[in-house]
Amino acid sequence: MVSDLFPTPENTSEPQPDSNARRSFMKQAGGILGLALAPPLVAQAERLTAYSRTIEGATDLTLRINGQTRTVRAEPRVTLLDALRERLDLTGTKKGCDHGQCGACTVLIDGQRVNSCLTLAVMVQGKEITTIEGLAQGDELHPMQAAFLKHDGFQCGYCTPGQIMSGVACVSEGHAKTDDQCREWMSGNLCRCGAYANILAAVREVASKG
Amino acid sequence: MDIEPTFSKTNPTAGVVGQPMSRVDGWAKVTGRATYSAEYSGLPGLVHAVLKTSDVAHGRVQSIDVSAAQRAPGVLAIFTHQNLPKLAKTPNSPDDRKAFVSSPMGFFPMESDQIFYAGQPVAVVVADTLERAQYAASLLKVSIVPEATISSYLDPKAQLYTPKTVKGMPGVTKRGDAQEAFAGAPVQLTATYTHATIHHNPMEPGATTAHWEGPNRLTVYDSTQGVSETQKTLAAMLGLATEQVRVVCKFIGGGFGCKAWVWPHTTLAALVAKAVGRPVKLVLTRPQQFTSMGHREEQAQTLRLGATREGKLLALIHDKSSTTSPWDDYAETNTRITNMLYALPAFEGTYHLAHANVMTSTATRAPGDMPGAFALESSMDDLAYQLGLDPIQIRLLNYADKDPSNGHPWSSKSLKQCYQRGAELFGWNQRNPKNGQTRAGKTLVGWGMATASYPVHNSQGNARVRLYADGHAVVQAGATDLGTGTYTVMTQVAADSLGLPPENIRFELGDTDLPSTQWSGGSTAAGRVSSSVYLAAQDVWQRLIKVAVQDNKSPLYRAKIEDVMVVKGQLLFRTDPDTGEAFGEVMKRAGMSDIEGSALGRYGSSYEAPRAAANADPNKKDHASEHSMHAFGAHFCEVHVDPELGTVRVTKWVSVIAGGRILNPKTARSQVMGGSIFGIGAALMETTERDPHLARYTNADLAGYHIPVNADIPDMTVEFIDEHDPYVNAMGVKGIGEISIVGTSAAVANAVFHATGRRLRSLPMTPDKVLAAMREPV
Repeated sequence: MVSDLFPTPENTSEPQPDSNARRSFMKQAGGILGLALAPPLVAQAERLTAYSRTIEGATDLTLRINGQTRTVRAEPRVTLLDALRERLDLTGTKKGCDHGQCGACTVLIDGQRVNSCLTLAVMVQGKEITTIEGLAQGDELHPMQAAFLKHDGFQCGYCTPGQIMSGVACVSEGHAKTDDQCREWMSGNLCRCGAYANILAAVREVASKG
Repeated sequence: MDIEPTFSKTNPTAGVVGQPMSRVDGWAKVTGRATYSAEYSGLPGLVHAVLKTSDVAHGRVQSIDVSAAQRAPGVLAIFTHQNLPKLAKTPNSPDDRKAFVSSPMGFFPMESDQIFYAGQPVAVVVADTLERAQYAASLLKVSIVPEATISSYLDPKAQLYTPKTVKGMPGVTKRGDAQEAFAGAPVQLTATYTHATIHHNPMEPGATTAHWEGPNRLTVYDSTQGVSETQKTLAAMLGLATEQVRVVCKFIGGGFGCKAWVWPHTTLAALVAKAVGRPVKLVLTRPQQFTSMGHREEQAQTLRLGATREGKLLALIHDKSSTTSPWDDYAETNTRITNMLYALPAFEGTYHLAHANVMTSTATRAPGDMPGAFALESSMDDLAYQLGLDPIQIRLLNYADKDPSNGHPWSSKSLKQCYQRGAELFGWNQRNPKNGQTRAGKTLVGWGMATASYPVHNSQGNARVRLYADGHAVVQAGATDLGTGTYTVMTQVAADSLGLPPENIRFELGDTDLPSTQWSGGSTAAGRVSSSVYLAAQDVWQRLIKVAVQDNKSPLYRAKIEDVMVVKGQLLFRTDPDTGEAFGEVMKRAGMSDIEGSALGRYGSSYEAPRAAANADPNKKDHASEHSMHAFGAHFCEVHVDPELGTVRVTKWVSVIAGGRILNPKTARSQVMGGSIFGIGAALMETTERDPHLARYTNADLAGYHIPVNADIPDMTVEFIDEHDPYVNAMGVKGIGEISIVGTSAAVANAVFHATGRRLRSLPMTPDKVLAAMREPV
């Protein structure tokens, strides 16, 4: 196994591969058993706490999205993805599978990439949510957006917001240091048009500018 | 008629056409501002519809208990076959079906209690939120009395038959006596190739938002490759006049053929929207996508190839067996490419179909040509190895200087250059002529190549140009940009045609309120729409020249119209190009703030036909003769095969395509890489498994159905051959979207053969098949 693709046990304090990194996750689960035995992360503990609460019917949720505080009335079963798309008019985040299999819905929660289709909106209150709409500063594109444009890192554009959010996180995680590593850590985001080589060029360019 | 102007004549020097411009819709796509069909959230009172589909593949609905669902909060209505509003026409009636431009199958669900395929819609639930609609749909209790199912053409109960026609082609094609030629051939190869069911799986599932703005006024935001086709078909089914239906599709999240037709969910969304009196959004779930918008059918092809000992082809007999639905004789037309790709004196092609409990399969990127090329290009590789020839050599030996299927000359063909350039880029001359002899560590390394070709399909459509006196322009055509770059390349074409910088052009598409044009499918859009746009700009110039020559203040006053030409926005005398003036001057003096022109652009033989007629010289026969029009190309592939695990990785890729004028090498390169990746997926991993007893898909989601991910794809090299084709259209453009996939799976299979010495003839070449082959003696 190529060492720079996968963290060694001593740097497990790094963000863990997201569940959207399908292949990485499977390889890791098979290859590094130690991970499975590691104590639950803080986020997991919080999730377990959330499960124990009882919320019924629609309630007002307060979400911090792209630096703004937004209130939305929704049932607890509403996913973050559907809250964004159907209730907050933030349709940049896409639904490709609704099951965490494609990565089109990737957003950042407290800086970490997350599949918003597998995340309930009610559970991310109090966290900083960044969507594709929150990356650019006015008309000035985020470097990752500019790199996707320059390298033609998309065709139909439907997976693109997820790819870009994933790319931003991939760089900040330090998982875009080599081409092979970057390919692996961008493999949770499917692109049916086949823009992979261009996506790789875009993410690597941003990573190389540090 | 006059001979239409051509771009190469009016624009001999390079402008922005042919330049690697970044996408003009790119900003919208990278910022999340691009609006797809499920994202028109501002419609008043928008509600959500969810499909309930059948788990059973064949039977009759006995009952649907809606009581619990009806009581669920937020539910507005539940529709089943018992209360669905009636359609004016349905495809279930063959007579009605003729009224449809774009209906993919001879069946519309929920018209009766009959169930013909798993995943067939049995109910539609409408509720105020998506979650409530989904929950209510889960409460429906559907009882179906099952009947015996036929899962595919391989089912023992299936009955194979040869249809009269498939997609307008005869069920049996004979050219010469292929049987006799094969029987007498000194070299005979017989092999059967199989291809799994595969699904298009665009990242955006099928999605429709239907809004009745009045009793006879419907606007549909639909994820479709053709707004005009959807408009006409919906109007016929709903009993409306065409203009009473407006279809909008500004952005589409991929199509690849499955969004080229009007499938039932789109019509259902419009029907239930009318019934509930609210705008309705209906989005397919990913599993529903597998049973709602067609697929590429599973199939077996047997090729019998006869050749001389020197490797010259003598005969090809091509039999294809595949599954079709209970109602249609649908098959991809695989014999199209096998009949034309090489100089082949005798050909026989036969389709064998079997009805099964599955929806009708449909066009999937390069329908027919893609699997057809897999079989033919694998066989050609076999022939090369058997005779000790280089795979390129065997192809050059059988190079077709004219189209063998009809004897017509090619409008243009640069395939030899593709082979040569591809070989250079790949380093093909370093190839080890022996199989199974190259290793990198413990992995086996192999190289393979294959030919690509895709026909130029006849099509036509309109465009409109409005040029403003201040040097800006709005250019419109009701086309679709599937991610293929239509927005961008049409902006480039309009800019050069008008002599303006591209940033002064706004190109609009995806709306039936715009000038109508045909769908984006069959690699027709780039050539057709670019020609329409170019000719519409020429129409603007013709109108403006008429204004100038009547203006006594113009230097062109009283000139003959045919003596004036337009170069980069300047109206000039042909004989004295220093005399003339800019278009803005003419318009200002005439008090015109803008001027409009429009044109019909033609692509393929419909373009050549009027030109030939206009040129007709009874003494020169070839003027009126038809040309055979195809794009050509070659793919080269390196694989690494792990002999212990059976895994195949593509490690190097080169594609060289001759597709006429390349409007934008940046977007074209992306499109060709994408097609190759689609082909690598089909070669190595893509298969939708249908249970042989229940005729139900077992892996209908993106965890079970693998498409290539970033880590599966190596660096790829794409080049284009500079090619000038005067016959295809006014722009000289051939499409490249589909040729990019043709031959790709054969290139991979040929590389696997070179690496391992084992010929894999069953796609996808998954590790289990590779390992089984490795256990066989070479």
